Amino acid sequence: MAAADELAFHEFEEATNLLAQTPNETTTRSDQLSPKGHVAVAMDSGGSYGAEDEVEESDKTVLLQEEKQQPGFWTFGYYQSFFDVDTSQVLDRIKGSLLPRPGHNFVRHHLRNRPDLYGPFWICATLAFVLAITGNLTLVLAQRRDPSIHYSPQFHKVTVASLTIYCYAWLVPLALWGFLRWRKGVRERMGLYTFLETVCVYGYSLFVFIPTVVLWLIPVPWLQWLFGALALALSAAGLVFTLWPVVREDTRWAAGVLLSVVVLLHALLAMGCKFYFFQPLPPEPMASPHQATSQPPATMLPPTLPRSVAA
Amino acid sequence: MAEAVESPGDPGTTTPRPLMRDLKAVGKKFMHVLYPRKSNTLLRDWDLWGPLILCVTLALMLQRGSVDSEKDGGPQFAEVFVIVWFGAVTITLNSKLLGGNISFFQSLCVLGYCILPLTMAMLVCRLVLLAEPGPVNFMVRLFVVIIMFAWSIVASTAFLADSQPPNRKALAVYPVFLFYFVISWMILTFTPQ
Repeated sequence: MAAADELAFHEFEEATNLLAQTPNETTTRSDQLSPKGHVAVAMDSGGSYGAEDEVEESDKTVLLQEEKQQPGFWTFGYYQSFFDVDTSQVLDRIKGSLLPRPGHNFVRHHLRNRPDLYGPFWICATLAFVLAITGNLTLVLAQRRDPSIHYSPQFHKVTVASLTIYCYAWLVPLALWGFLRWRKGVRERMGLYTFLETVCVYGYSLFVFIPTVVLWLIPVPWLQWLFGALALALSAAGLVFTLWPVVREDTRWAAGVLLSVVVLLHALLAMGCKFYFFQPLPPEPMASPHQATSQPPATMLPPTLPRSVAA
Repeated sequence: MAEAVESPGDPGTTTPRPLMRDLKAVGKKFMHVLYPRKSNTLLRDWDLWGPLILCVTLALMLQRGSVDSEKDGGPQFAEVFVIVWFGAVTITLNSKLLGGNISFFQSLCVLGYCILPLTMAMLVCRLVLLAEPGPVNFMVRLFVVIIMFAWSIVASTAFLADSQPPNRKALAVYPVFLFYFVISWMILTFTPQ
């Protein structure tokens, strides 16, 4: 901690004064002032702080934070603090989740102690509806090839999709956060993310599945698996790169198990969605009616046996 | 936060509001939706009768003769109702949480009234479906639904976008887009049995 003090700018004192008054507040910090090597140091303190650039801005912050208390959870203002984002910030976070880089921690670089609930909520909503709609579209495409398949809007799938996506995006971060808190109780040196930051990471990581699901309309099986694998790789990589700085202080065994469970759950979600919402297309209708009448059983493929699963 | 003045009607009076006056108010708002101009009528004299009428009409028209099993069929009446009202409430909450200065019921009023173009699209689709099915049939319905969807979006953003701070307009408008997109999808995939 002494090293951090020596390297900090002189405004550091004002920042610590702010924190002393309102210990739960965090000040925003800019990337240039915090070299990457100090990410781990900042997280150990349980809250992160950095120096403001100009004196005027820190004065203004002192004034603001003296005026506003932390609103209680029963007030509307409490929830408004979770939606305190601009369009450009949301777009920046989405870009950050689409292009994960090792060492480029999503929470520290993009969220910067201002997690929002807008992104996770609306990304989940969009994904749920897109899943249901494109799944329905594959049924339309299937019916064109084989008129004996009965088309129906399958509206119950919207309910299933939204329940699945929302439960995944909110319960899994809850479990992860609880687990990390427990581990932090066991090993003091581990860092920790707040619950909202975990929810944010998971929510934004689901964004890459939205275009993937739309691309799954293309009725070429190996292409569908390729897109799915690509999306899963990007999404899981984002999660792993974000969680790695936190779990690397833990034992190798625990860190490995945690990361593989995270990736496994993500893969299960992706595959579950693919199998439940998308049905394989029946083969192309034969040109001559003589051959068509001889193969009626093949046209009604059971959805649990996609032909493309080679191994 | 600053809110525009609400006019909830005359609660607690002994004389009931004249029906014709209410119907005229609803009809006037329909006109404002069909020809969206920058006017405050929808916001100032909000009422929820129009949205209720439109929602019930839409939900009734989306019913099919229940030949299908319950599981595989189209949206039930309750599902349409829930989607419209729950969706409108969610969008309103979202708009307020983002810092918009529109009141809760004003926003519900605007979102509900702007379903009018899509309800008209549903009427047209039902009429078109009486004709012979085929790709032309589908193209006509698709065209009508797309036009009405765009109309709904334009009408609602004309009223709602001004209430948001400028750097968050897109964040507030996107859920409206999603909402009307889902309703348009329900209308487009309607197939009577």
